Amino acid sequence: MNSILRYIWFEIFVKGVVLVVLGLNIRNRCRLHRHKQIILVANHNSHLDTLVLMSLFPYKEMNNIRPVAAMDYFLENPVRRWFAEKIVRIVPLSRHLRSVRVDPLKSCSDALKEGYSLILYPEGTRGNPEKLKDFKTGISHLLKRFPDIVVVPVFMHGLGKALPKGEFLLVPFYCDIFVGEPFFWQGDRVEFMETLNQSMNDLAKQGDFKAWN
Amino acid sequence: MIDFLRANMNLVIAIGGVFLLLIIATVSCAILKKRKPENDYNELGLRIRTWWIIVVIFAVSLLSCIEMFLVFMVFASFLAMKEYFSLIPTRRVDRRVLLWAYLAIPIQYWWIYDDWFGMFIIFVPVYMFLLIGLRLVLVGQTEGFLRSAGTIHWGLMMTVFSLSHIACLYLIPLDEGTGISWKTLVFYLMFLTQINDVAQYVWGKSFGKFKVIPHISPNKTVAGLVGGVVSTIILAVVLGPFFTPLNFCQSMFAGLIIGLGGFFGDITISALKRDLKIKDSGSFLPGHGGILDRLDSLTFTAPLFLHFLRYIYT
Repeated sequence: MNSILRYIWFEIFVKGVVLVVLGLNIRNRCRLHRHKQIILVANHNSHLDTLVLMSLFPYKEMNNIRPVAAMDYFLENPVRRWFAEKIVRIVPLSRHLRSVRVDPLKSCSDALKEGYSLILYPEGTRGNPEKLKDFKTGISHLLKRFPDIVVVPVFMHGLGKALPKGEFLLVPFYCDIFVGEPFFWQGDRVEFMETLNQSMNDLAKQGDFKAWN
Repeated sequence: MIDFLRANMNLVIAIGGVFLLLIIATVSCAILKKRKPENDYNELGLRIRTWWIIVVIFAVSLLSCIEMFLVFMVFASFLAMKEYFSLIPTRRVDRRVLLWAYLAIPIQYWWIYDDWFGMFIIFVPVYMFLLIGLRLVLVGQTEGFLRSAGTIHWGLMMTVFSLSHIACLYLIPLDEGTGISWKTLVFYLMFLTQINDVAQYVWGKSFGKFKVIPHISPNKTVAGLVGGVVSTIILAVVLGPFFTPLNFCQSMFAGLIIGLGGFFGDITISALKRDLKIKDSGSFLPGHGGILDRLDSLTFTAPLFLHFLRYIYT
């Protein structure tokens, strides 16, 4: 039942909305499909981000992709919880460290071990619309454990205008998506974060988008 | 079926002719690719393929009924408006106002379906003009107010008001049983506008020397403009008797306003793009650029052609 709803939701509703209401301009789309298992790293402005990123893949491939999402927000009430777990199939991540002995990245590690690809937002939250924040370093801890999984950086612009944090009315805007060159863990945390931030900033510069207030 | 063909003979033949042109273009492109593999014809090939899709959708919606054609036009206006609002600088507080602008699209086309020309002609220039200003005031942010009010209303005028004039040809009163209908008028306008674009390009490429307006569009030359307008006038006169109730002189004038209007519509969108420092308005139509790049000329030719017909027939 849930998988039928999931199919209707993603294949008909989301893809329809993305095609008709939003509209995408994607640069270097082929880079998304080069590797079987990937960690897709993107900037985060809107709830639409995850839906749009997942809609970029054919349904079969999409079933292998799970977005990493904040436990405190998505598992908060029963409806949202059902939707997040059964329809979108998120990997829940705790934003607050409760104890030093608990591994906060366990859910992500498990999903990667099972062969899933992940969508990660290292900014941690949607934040101010269309503003790129510094990436948190949690992702480097994860990559250190999985040095042979490739990281694909993706920069998105426009969805923060269409549906920013705290708004519920969707206003149509075109969305620009820039897919960066995939890269691997280089053995050093600082170096890795630099590569990631650099690659993200370069992608953002390609678009030359003005600030949005 | 037979009745339909008899009533729309001219239109069916004309659309058949357009498909023939597309077949010729596709075949010549394939031959060019084979003969001169050193040149890159991908862009041209993409452009022709996109033309196929546009023509098929346009032909189906025009041949079926006014409802279908209005839906087609609502969609075209929506895509153009979305592209425009994504290009221009907007403020976060403008979101709600933009939503009102989008809502105006189906309403504007509804007046045509409702046969209410008076409302059609004032809805965007008067009521939407006032509403946009009012809604922006209620938003309460004065910084950037004038820029938002100006850009949003300009977008409405270009992508909704102007383009809806194409469908408004439905309201021109015509004698029945002549094979001439609103459908042939729409075809006449759209075909001449697109051919005018091509003619200006070809004349400009072949004989162009002196630039008309180098600051806005360095590719526009006097030869392109004059050659294009003259070609359009000749075609307008030749096609006039089959698609319009216009006489010889009136057809000539129709060709003149479509030729000149197409030129100015084109450079107006060029000026907009130059201001925003972009090359194409989008990538919705592969090989053409954005939807505004394709509809630019029509934003001028459609109102001019409609009002010219109205002077004569109402």
